[in-house]
Amino acid sequence: MPEATATAVLPPTSHADPFAAEHLEHPEPLHHSLREAGPVVRLSRYDVYALARHQEVHAALVDWQSFQSGAGVGLANFRHEKPWRPPSLLLEADPPHHDAPRSVLREILAPPALRRLRETWQVAAENLVDALLATGSMEFDAFDALAKVFPLRVFPDAVGLGPDGRENLLPYGNMAFNAFGPRNDLVAADAHRVAKLSAWVNAQCAREKLTQDGFGARIWAAADRGDLTHEQAPLVVRSLLTAGVDTTVHGLAAALYAFATHPDQWQRLRERPELARVAFDEAVRWQSPVQTFFRTATTDVTVAGTVIPQDSKILMFLGAANRDPARWSDPDRFDLGRDPSGHVSFGMGLHQCVGQHVARLEAESLLTALARRVERIELADEPRRHLNNTLRSWASLPVRIRPAA
Amino acid sequence: MVVQNLLPTAPRYSTSTVTLEVRSKDVVADGVVSLTLAHADGTRLPDWTPGSHIDLVLPNGATRQYSLCGDRWDPYSYRVAVLREPAGRGGSAYVHDTLTPGARVGVGGPRNHFPLAPADRYLFIAGGIGVTPLLPMIRQAELMGADWQLLYGGRTRTSMAFRDELTAAHGDRVTVAPQDECGLLDLGAWLSEPAAGTKVYCCGPGPLLAAVEDACAAWPPYSLRTERFTAAAHTEPVLRTPFEVELRRSGRTVTVSPDVSVLDALRQAGADLLSSCEQGTCGTCLTPVVAGTPDHRDSVLADHEREANDCMLPCVSRSRSGRLVLDL
Repeated sequence: MPEATATAVLPPTSHADPFAAEHLEHPEPLHHSLREAGPVVRLSRYDVYALARHQEVHAALVDWQSFQSGAGVGLANFRHEKPWRPPSLLLEADPPHHDAPRSVLREILAPPALRRLRETWQVAAENLVDALLATGSMEFDAFDALAKVFPLRVFPDAVGLGPDGRENLLPYGNMAFNAFGPRNDLVAADAHRVAKLSAWVNAQCAREKLTQDGFGARIWAAADRGDLTHEQAPLVVRSLLTAGVDTTVHGLAAALYAFATHPDQWQRLRERPELARVAFDEAVRWQSPVQTFFRTATTDVTVAGTVIPQDSKILMFLGAANRDPARWSDPDRFDLGRDPSGHVSFGMGLHQCVGQHVARLEAESLLTALARRVERIELADEPRRHLNNTLRSWASLPVRIRPAA
Repeated sequence: MVVQNLLPTAPRYSTSTVTLEVRSKDVVADGVVSLTLAHADGTRLPDWTPGSHIDLVLPNGATRQYSLCGDRWDPYSYRVAVLREPAGRGGSAYVHDTLTPGARVGVGGPRNHFPLAPADRYLFIAGGIGVTPLLPMIRQAELMGADWQLLYGGRTRTSMAFRDELTAAHGDRVTVAPQDECGLLDLGAWLSEPAAGTKVYCCGPGPLLAAVEDACAAWPPYSLRTERFTAAAHTEPVLRTPFEVELRRSGRTVTVSPDVSVLDALRQAGADLLSSCEQGTCGTCLTPVVAGTPDHRDSVLADHEREANDCMLPCVSRSRSGRLVLDL
């Protein structure tokens, strides 16, 4: 036997469909079995390779040279298949084309640039919680009343969207995140409204639709300075609208779910509201609102002894990496005493979520406002998941609260 | 709280992020050496884009900025080229005369003030060692399928680094014009006609930049992009000794030894500080500074934000003053 093949490791095979309803509903058992099976697992159902351990997922995320995004970060391989929409200039692009859009957006969404929003968002969060408590109803759906409402109140304003049609944002995001998976029933369910939702979102990206002081206007100003082309500007605005709404809504829902099921941790946050930032990152580690993304091998890549052939699709299980016992002690526990730094819920490396500081600021604002005003939060009924091929999302989160004295 | 949750297998960058090893030192032209820098343990370096520079913190305490001129597809090494500047403050002389392969140097960044913006066509103008940031830009222009030309001036042919590689690889896209053979660059001939869709990228000595700015006065706004390094305003040297960090709100003080990052020292003191990339690129650990002067080594903050000294990224940045006070 030639030496090269003698040293190559054949990866274990799983016949599971990670996009089947049972796994989307309860991903942990599949994540556990994939981590246990090996550092690389072949998924026979889609003829792709899976990474589920933190070390390999982290390494693949940062190695853009070997694991490209430009052939799509879903199951579809753009080298052979036509994308369902013009590809994202950020998420679905590689250097050098990725550089200019990333550089422009990074500066617009960097922590120093967000300082001006902090106070506005704190006030918005306090007003939202006060209004909710003023209704006198101590049982409500925290997904609708908090997780969904708050980002939809502050983020479109920050982008500079007009008042009309904002109800299209979540359905558009749901569709876009389903599209990273296979063409299953979840994708089919949205087929009738792809054209309408896309047309609305695309129309909002035009300069004249945006207010003059938001993120969107800054993107257009960058195009006026020649840092982007005027053809690129609307697609960069589209990235904000696709990636910035559903993700934070379900991230906030993850945090509320975590606290509703861990009253001791809620007390901890009540005692030290400055833990809100750590709490949000721990919640998105624990729930991983973005469960998976694909990459494509640019060459034959060896991962832990397994050769992944060029042009293969690689499915990275962010949620599994975030609960890898080789990286985290007691990984299934939601624990504000833990340092969640190093989780991969925002990705890592060149494509790491450019809006992560926006998400953290939204979460910090809302969690701090709640911690000051709410003494107890607990589940009032069984929460319901909403199934999506990529997002760990919610349909309802019924809670019962007791206001602080 | 946190330290016990970090198992030994967890990827840690710590201060190795900011200390690199000189792997090779080569003479590439009269008075110019190139340095190849890498992690001692061969791990990945932070990503960069054409036009980026790094801060090189030399063993003698001097900090100098050099453009990255290597290949960004190689994640394991950085390459810079250093011109000996007899009138300089001693940084380049140290690199030329004292620095040897195997030496450790501090590194800040990469940061990019000179990014390559999209264009149909580029005119690159280099003066002497100013060719360095343009090398990766030229490769980028090729990859993007853009049209480009390089006008490369220098004192003498043998002082012009990379001239043979450039002409061999790109033929008549490259015009090499040594001053002792051709006189000053004929900017009028190259720039008299503003060209729509063309961006002009120029790096070189001050008089060249001024002449190019004049020659481009009639060009559409934002057509011309230049790189001008300014000497760092800091008077305090980089500390190579332990320093103290006070956590203002919690009232604790921690001593940071040279081989530990500020972030790790803060965590050991019990601060609840989030981080993510731990390479100074994502901005997650941004922390307000109340007093003291940070030694900024990150890729996130803009110059005016660094100079304000009111925040820092403790995953890579350190201190120039004996005491830093943080709002933690």
